[in-house]
Amino acid sequence: MALTKAELAESLYFELGLNKREAKDLVDQFFEGIRECLENGRDVKLSGFGNFTLRQKGERPGRNPRTGELIPITPRRVVTFKPGQKLKLRVESYGGDNP
Amino acid sequence: MTDNNDKQPMTKSELIDALSMEQRHLAHKDVELAVKTILEQMSDALATGERIEIRGFGSFSLHFRAPRTGRNPKSGDTVELSGKHVPHFKPGKDLRERVNKDFE
Repeated sequence: MALTKAELAESLYFELGLNKREAKDLVDQFFEGIRECLENGRDVKLSGFGNFTLRQKGERPGRNPRTGELIPITPRRVVTFKPGQKLKLRVESYGGDNP
Repeated sequence: MTDNNDKQPMTKSELIDALSMEQRHLAHKDVELAVKTILEQMSDALATGERIEIRGFGSFSLHFRAPRTGRNPKSGDTVELSGKHVPHFKPGKDLRERVNKDFE
């Protein structure tokens, strides 16, 4: 089982008493807000959780995995996530199998 | 690979303010509580080994780092480091495309 937007909205409904529409909208807008910011070239820092950072990558050689043909990978901008100290410490002690 | 960023990063409180502007019928403190609840639930999920899947945004999962022998940089002594899990984020298709759209 994975945590999804539906479950996040459920907790806003049960724990904070938002109505279902408000809860769903807020969860949607939360992720949209982060996406929009990254799209506009700004990093996002959520203290206690982690930072979403933009990186620019230059052109590099790649291969078509099917044909083996050499093709350049175009320069691009990608998002990386760096977990915060608090999240790292909480996750580190998880002893189960990889999900 | 270079860092591109000259703009100030967006912080949690700024995100809360922005959401608050869109959800005008909700009190600012309720939006603040909602954002904290979302992040808390996401952290709880990862801390118990559960994946997070947000369509169009991305997924979070745990990666395992194998046990290894490290060194104390000061004394040079070897130390046995146990295996551990670290959070990992894989951006979804929509996020990847939107972030990259001015670069193609």
